[in-house]
Amino acid sequence: MAKCATREAYGKALAQLIQENERVVVLDADLAGSTKTSEAKKVCPQRHFDVGIAEGNMMGIAAGLAASKYIVFASSFAMFAAGRAFEQIRNSIGYPHLNVKICATHAGLSVGEDGASHQCNEDLALMRVIPGMTVIQPCDEEETKQAIRAVANIDGPCYVRLGRGKVESVYDVSYTFEIGKGNVLRKGKKVALVASGMMVQEALKAAAMLEEAPTVVNISTIKPLDTALIKELAKTHDTIITCEEHSVIGGLGSAVSDVVASSADACVVKHIGVQDTFGESGDAQALFEKYGINAKAIVKAVQDR
Amino acid sequence: MDKQELVEHARQIRKHILKQVYTAQSGHPGGSLSATDLVTALYFQEMDITEANVNSIDRDRFVLSKGHASPLLYAVLCEKGLLDERELLTFRKINSRLQGHPNMKYVAGVDMSTGSLGQGISAAVGMALGNKLAQNHHRVYALLGDGECQEGEVWEAAMAAAQYQLDNLCVIVDHNRLQIDGEVAKVMNVDSLEEKFRAFHFHVLTVDGHAMDEILSALSKARENKGRPTAIIANTVKGKGVSFMENQAGWHGTAPNKEQYEQAIKELGGEA
Repeated sequence: MAKCATREAYGKALAQLIQENERVVVLDADLAGSTKTSEAKKVCPQRHFDVGIAEGNMMGIAAGLAASKYIVFASSFAMFAAGRAFEQIRNSIGYPHLNVKICATHAGLSVGEDGASHQCNEDLALMRVIPGMTVIQPCDEEETKQAIRAVANIDGPCYVRLGRGKVESVYDVSYTFEIGKGNVLRKGKKVALVASGMMVQEALKAAAMLEEAPTVVNISTIKPLDTALIKELAKTHDTIITCEEHSVIGGLGSAVSDVVASSADACVVKHIGVQDTFGESGDAQALFEKYGINAKAIVKAVQDR
Repeated sequence: MDKQELVEHARQIRKHILKQVYTAQSGHPGGSLSATDLVTALYFQEMDITEANVNSIDRDRFVLSKGHASPLLYAVLCEKGLLDERELLTFRKINSRLQGHPNMKYVAGVDMSTGSLGQGISAAVGMALGNKLAQNHHRVYALLGDGECQEGEVWEAAMAAAQYQLDNLCVIVDHNRLQIDGEVAKVMNVDSLEEKFRAFHFHVLTVDGHAMDEILSALSKARENKGRPTAIIANTVKGKGVSFMENQAGWHGTAPNKEQYEQAIKELGGEA
């Protein structure tokens, strides 16, 4: 099956969007080749601005452009977008609810060899907590393309979390992405694997390896969360296992737990993700193995429950 | 508008500032009073903001990067007839539109939500860039504090403003030489601001920030200047217009009591 990194899909989608809509402006902070906003620059250099290595200022410029009725896409690595520029996002974009789409790439452990300084496992937690921020993590090429289009069509700040590594396709063109809606990929019994991003593929692999097939759900919108679906899963399964390439603190796992804990039909919730620790340099697959975020770890969690 | 009328507006604006801070028993009078003449010149002479276009972006815009001077912004909007005077009494109180630091979504005429220092100038750069993209003639003004220039983001924004040749951007620094913890020069010296902005490829002007002629002349020169942004370094007096507040860091974020308020209003030629 064709493999494509979600950042590559972002670049392609953005290149289309910038040609179709003259209100679209793209900002990058000296990482255009890596975030793939360079694709948009190729086709529309006059509306692509590389602001240099200054992420806080980039978010402020994004706010000013959005206050001037532009639809602004601002990209950097997740570490520097959500991390370094957190307060600019919070105060200059979030508080005035400006129309900026922060599309952050190289999120999570899959950054690999660059090591812990660049492996952002905290961005979902940081972005979720900002009032009015929509937080989306698409899992593959098709979903990314549709998600980019969808965020351009809503008014207000959005954070889109994208990955560096190539991932297999989960969806084809028959899929319809909708902000705030989870997608049940397969129905099973007892256990529901609730996954996001590249962990969707791992959850599907895990499901195929298990004798008693679990339910597999893709939650691409972390906020606003599909609470109705989570409640239904809690009611109809004995265990929910959340799967994410992010800290187990503050991301998908926490979001799902919040819903289940206040639900009348609560079930057990377990979290697969990066434990409360920093990563390290290494090949992405080796890191997933060592830090317990792959199909094997999911299978074990299902069997040990 | 002749100079005398501007001076009169500035006097009224200073009274509006004191009324807000006194009523709220909270807020920042010192840096509001130091920048009053600068902002009066902008709103009553330089900028094309009117009641008819206040809700639109099809006009010049002003970013109060030193957002703690919010009483000044609300006072100017009130003096301009864009905000009801009675509303000034709600400043900093619950359910008010007049937040401690300005929110652009609440009040027409507040062009950017600010308060966290260093961020407003970046937004102003974004607005000026937007105006260039839209090929309109509107100008963007950003008012910064001198202490604010200790924030690294100010210089990131300055670099970008020069890079994109934003001659439609005018940065004004309210150089009153005092910040919360004391003298700017002692806390963390920012001088020479002129040399710094010049090194960042700005067109730089220095004015007495209380001399209306000088302010108007600088704003006019900034408008005529092409190819690069302008920085106006305005030498000002913190607490200007109220004798006991002048040059006192202690009045950065302190409200006057009844006696002090009455004295201040009296000095400004009014009745409390």
